[in-house]
Amino acid sequence: MRIPNRVRNRTPLALAVAAAAFLGSACAEQAPQDVLAPEGWYAEKADDLWNLVFPIAVVIFFIVQALLIYALVRFRHRPGREAQQFHGNTKLEVVLTAIPALILAGIAVPTVRTVFELTNEPTENVLNVTVKAHRFWWEYQYPDLGLVTANELHIPTGQPVRVRLEGIPTDRVDSTAQVIHAFWVPRLAGKQDVVPGRVNYITLEADEPGIYAGQCTEFCGLGHAEMRLRVIAHDPEAFDEWARDLAEPASAPTDSLAREGERLFNEGQFPNGPPCVACHAVDATYEAGNEPQQAGPNLADFANRDTFAAAIFENTEENLAPWLRDPNAVKEGARMPALGLSEDQIRALIAYLQTLE
Amino acid sequence: MASAAVPRRGMFARPTAKTGVWGWVTTVDHKKIGIMYGVTAFVFFILGGLEALAIRTQLAAPNQETLSADVYNQFFTMHGLTMIFLVVMPMGTALMNYFIPLMIGARDVAFPRLNALSYWVFLFGGLFLYSSFFLGGAPDGGWFGYAPLSTELPGPGMTFYAVGLQILGVASIAGAVNFIVTIINMRAPGMTFMRLPVFIWMTLVTSFLLLFALPVIAVALFQLMFDRVYEANFFNPAAGGDPLLWQHLFWLFGHPEVYIMILPAMGIVSDILPTFARKPIFGYAAIVFAGIAIGFMGWGVWAHHMFTSGLGPVANSAFALSTMFIAVPTGIKIFNWLGTLWGGDIRFTTPLLFAVGFVAMFVIGGLSGVTHSIVPHDAQQHDTYYVVAHFHYVLFGGAIFGIFAGLYYWWPKVFGRLLSEGLGKLHFWLMIIGFNLAFGPMHIYGLQGMPRRIYTYPDGMGWNFWNLVSTIGAFAIALSVLVFLGNVIVSRRRGEIAGADPWDGRTLEWSIPSPPPEYNFAEIPIVKRRDDWWYTKYTETPEGVPTPVHTGGVDVDDEDEDPGRHIHLPDPSYFPIVAAAGLPVTGYGVIYENPVLIAAGLVVTLLGLFGWVLEPSAEEGH
Repeated sequence: MRIPNRVRNRTPLALAVAAAAFLGSACAEQAPQDVLAPEGWYAEKADDLWNLVFPIAVVIFFIVQALLIYALVRFRHRPGREAQQFHGNTKLEVVLTAIPALILAGIAVPTVRTVFELTNEPTENVLNVTVKAHRFWWEYQYPDLGLVTANELHIPTGQPVRVRLEGIPTDRVDSTAQVIHAFWVPRLAGKQDVVPGRVNYITLEADEPGIYAGQCTEFCGLGHAEMRLRVIAHDPEAFDEWARDLAEPASAPTDSLAREGERLFNEGQFPNGPPCVACHAVDATYEAGNEPQQAGPNLADFANRDTFAAAIFENTEENLAPWLRDPNAVKEGARMPALGLSEDQIRALIAYLQTLE
Repeated sequence: MASAAVPRRGMFARPTAKTGVWGWVTTVDHKKIGIMYGVTAFVFFILGGLEALAIRTQLAAPNQETLSADVYNQFFTMHGLTMIFLVVMPMGTALMNYFIPLMIGARDVAFPRLNALSYWVFLFGGLFLYSSFFLGGAPDGGWFGYAPLSTELPGPGMTFYAVGLQILGVASIAGAVNFIVTIINMRAPGMTFMRLPVFIWMTLVTSFLLLFALPVIAVALFQLMFDRVYEANFFNPAAGGDPLLWQHLFWLFGHPEVYIMILPAMGIVSDILPTFARKPIFGYAAIVFAGIAIGFMGWGVWAHHMFTSGLGPVANSAFALSTMFIAVPTGIKIFNWLGTLWGGDIRFTTPLLFAVGFVAMFVIGGLSGVTHSIVPHDAQQHDTYYVVAHFHYVLFGGAIFGIFAGLYYWWPKVFGRLLSEGLGKLHFWLMIIGFNLAFGPMHIYGLQGMPRRIYTYPDGMGWNFWNLVSTIGAFAIALSVLVFLGNVIVSRRRGEIAGADPWDGRTLEWSIPSPPPEYNFAEIPIVKRRDDWWYTKYTETPEGVPTPVHTGGVDVDDEDEDPGRHIHLPDPSYFPIVAAAGLPVTGYGVIYENPVLIAAGLVVTLLGLFGWVLEPSAEEGH
């Protein structure tokens, strides 16, 4: 079949437009977890390897597909055409085996080098953080500072953060075996599993202050999709200030509703469960050797957090009320029980939570 | 039906029906068993596809509520299990069953009743797994079933997983043994190993992989079953168990499993391309040895599924290297397929289109596979949609396209009528476009950080547009499958009569009538060279141009009487289905922790095997 010239001439243009649209829409949108936009040395090292290998893969892709299309067009059946009856070509086959092997060897060297480089423990100016993964939220301990917080990890910029991923063997809610989770903040580092009974390490670093999105990437059950996290990077001074604030106990609530909330938090008798304090603490400090063991996230400075419930809800009264009423109704798999709170109790608890700063 | 001459052995008179329901239930004919495998696998293909459509509907936009997390988790788990264990593997088995004997010049497989047992165990295992939807919930811990999540998930789902996969494993091991013995022992005279069609070679490699890989997963599944049902602690870290033990066992099976799924498709393509390019395969020895090399190297790459588990830099580097270098034999195959097309006289039939589609898509999956081997970046790609894109390019763009190529290619041999070329081409184009729309964008939103196995995602992550495109692509694939179904229905009645050799084929199956008689070959062929049937039809001029032989070719449709009436074939038997029927009963016994049911199932299986042993494979005197 003959293609009219007019159409044929436009084909490359149409293809180019399509390709540009494809790439454009891939990059233009805001993608906070884009792995191709690293924001620190550890993520950049991985990205460097990608920038080496991906172009090679693209070139090979085009060569092979071009050869395939050429062969199909050039050797298509036409009257009088005879297939050439050859069985192989040893020289060509050896060459075509050697070339990919050499390319792969070329990729292997920097890969192995980077693997070891990223495993090296940073020695200077390190902030240590211990991450414990729960169904379905994150606990962060700062052993050097004696502080604990949850879901939103604060770090200083320009400083390697050595993350100890400590796999707790037993779930603190029901004493069953804890499951595997994976800690991932794509713009700062690759992911690493948190395996019950084992300890893994990764190092991450943020160049600039900002909020970096991440989430659990090892399937962990009902709440897996909603086990998100944030890393908030501050200038070193701002980070120190944040840490001082966190260590400071919240001042006692003054208005009566919040005081009632505090009472409910610590002593409330609810139809379906114990008071909040059974699982949540509001003091962020701890002594070495006496790490916190609460079943739920630490709530110190809760009022200063942007999000709650593993970074899936904005921290607003409108979002807190349904959460306290029945956590499972808004986050499937949440392990906080619906305590059977009255609407007054919910209001009081929210008022109290807003004083935690 | 039963005649007085049939002796009675213990429980049953020997079945004699060759047609009707009982003919199928008691058959030991590899061709009927192959058809049953194919039909069953296709039904599961529809089910797994419907699960995929539900998943894609849920993910079409952010914050959707079509599926709850609970149902979503069951669907993605069952989608994976279905497509792997109930579609790609048994579709391969269907084609192997039907065509191993035809391509090596044999009258049946080595163990016809074992073959029937494989099928019935597979069918019952699949039904057992699917019955979980009605009995408290399907498996919901992923096809990979990582412990301790798989030991902790409530409900019977993951127990169905642990028991169901063990049952399916029995079917695959029995099938593998059967195919290995058949290929080694039952080749026609002169059919030396280096004259075997490539599909047969890849079947042999696949069968060895199955034989060695399935016991590994069987051990892991047995441990998982004990952890779940009998409070063992193989994977419970609080009691000294180790979650990584599961991962090592699972992937030591799981990676060879990938090659178990792809090698048969590579074999199919390696036989289709020469047929329609009308020239011999380029570098037969290289393509065979590359397949064998993949079979061996496939055992040394499992930990690349565990690069983020914390194995340490030495292990990660070692497995990065092995993973990179398994690309070498894979590359050899791709170059050889190109070489096969090169200089050919290419006929654009539907089987050729699917085979070419396989090559084109598999290249993409292979290249993204190489990008997984750069460990530090794999830590970014791992468990994102980038990986989902990769393995669908390998297992759908690869294995499923290869299987459809095989179905279109061999359909006329099995049913005597060709599938419609027009509908076939429509099927191909719809499927390859839908496939690329569905899975191509997954590369993008995977690299934009979208993890796998999440039932929902928030707005503002940059994932919305391409997820919608993926969903549209998924429905286009579904449409293409409907076109295939329509093609099957139309062609059963009105398809062009195929004759023995509609494609001017190269291998022995085209030398006998379509559909083949029960005994396959009236006379066992004597094989003189590779592509023997082609060279029976053509000689080459000194310039290498094929010239039809006027005296050599036999017009096989021209038989005036039944030449096979004196050929002894194995007789039908009730015992394979009886022995198979006990296994799911035992399985339900484990699910419900009911020792009586466990014992009852074992008794049924044992009685079935007992009757089997006492029964000769063929009755005398007919």
